[in-house]
Amino acid sequence: MSKLGILTKGIFKENPIFVLVLGMCPTLATTTSAINGMGMGAATMFVLMLSNLFISLVAGIIPDKVRIPAYIVVIAAFVTMVDLSMAAYVPDLHKSLGVFIPLIVVNCIVLGRAEAFAAKNKPFDSMLDGIGIGLGFTLGLTLLGAVRELLGNNSIFGIKPLEGDGMLIFVLAPGAFLALGYLMVLFNKLKKRTSS
Amino acid sequence: MAKESTLKNMVLVLTLITCVAAALLAAVYGLTKEPIEQAGVNKVNAAIQDVLPEFDNNPFEEKMELPLEGAAAVQSILYRESAPESLTFYPAAKNGEPVGMAVETFTNQGFSGRITLMVGFLPDGTINKTSIISHSETPGLGDKIDASKSNFSKQFEGQNPATFKLIVKKDGGDIDAITASTITSRAFCDAMVRAYNAYILYKLE
Repeated sequence: MSKLGILTKGIFKENPIFVLVLGMCPTLATTTSAINGMGMGAATMFVLMLSNLFISLVAGIIPDKVRIPAYIVVIAAFVTMVDLSMAAYVPDLHKSLGVFIPLIVVNCIVLGRAEAFAAKNKPFDSMLDGIGIGLGFTLGLTLLGAVRELLGNNSIFGIKPLEGDGMLIFVLAPGAFLALGYLMVLFNKLKKRTSS
Repeated sequence: MAKESTLKNMVLVLTLITCVAAALLAAVYGLTKEPIEQAGVNKVNAAIQDVLPEFDNNPFEEKMELPLEGAAAVQSILYRESAPESLTFYPAAKNGEPVGMAVETFTNQGFSGRITLMVGFLPDGTINKTSIISHSETPGLGDKIDASKSNFSKQFEGQNPATFKLIVKKDGGDIDAITASTITSRAFCDAMVRAYNAYILYKLE
């Protein structure tokens, strides 16, 4: 696969949210607004990129039987770094994402990419894969957050284009499922059309 | 290419990886410690400035911790065992004359747990303004206690709790509750009452 192919496959063809349907916990919980979705996506992307790079560097020396604990330690270290840095430099965003930043450790996407890609590929390719999948995740979360914020709060990135209150249910938990479902339908429709 | 899974290999590799991770984390912790503390202080300072009239001292430096007494203390022990349960007072003065007092108060009766807020009292006990420090209420419903989201907290401004009942109208008080968020509104009143009672106690002493 070409370098560009590795970078872009996560955005559309293997989009972690709409195609692989991975990492649904933060997807449903943190996308109450576009900015929250984007922050969560960016944090995950950063972790994915670094953990993929690091894991592919050390994959050669890790014995098979302890590879999962080793990967988890690496991932947890990067997540804690992101957590601390966000608390220091973007305290408001950190506050609103709350426990979901530490929970990136157990996000299937991160461990999944480590196991499925980084352990078998070269460091640079693994990093590109991390960026690509992370970008797809970020775009998905931002889109979902924007849709929910627009429908539920009648604003987008905190800016109100029109007066009014919106349908509150889209900001609450059931709205996350509704919005995600419809976006998934749209996405798959689009995907089918481009591939045929 | 992976090394053989002998005990020696496994222990060695895991030890190595955890040590590197620990070293990196220690470095990042050291780097971010100060900014994190600073961010917390900035937030409190912003809240103090928000709720009080103009002042020229440094209320954060002169802060006082007042432990809870009586029923409020028992209640706080029931809800939270280890946290230091006290209200923090930040006195403000201009040209040496006291112009008000910011009280950092809290309630554990929010819809999703603890709500912390700052209340500014004028010397005669009148509420000047309020500002939310932290909460985890439902977005779109309970989070309207935030002054930027609705006018709920504005109805407290300029009122003196001596004549103004800090209870929602449903329970016979003077406060218009947020629609569909009566629990949050009650919790907000609870925090205000706690702050006011503590302030009166402080003034008597």
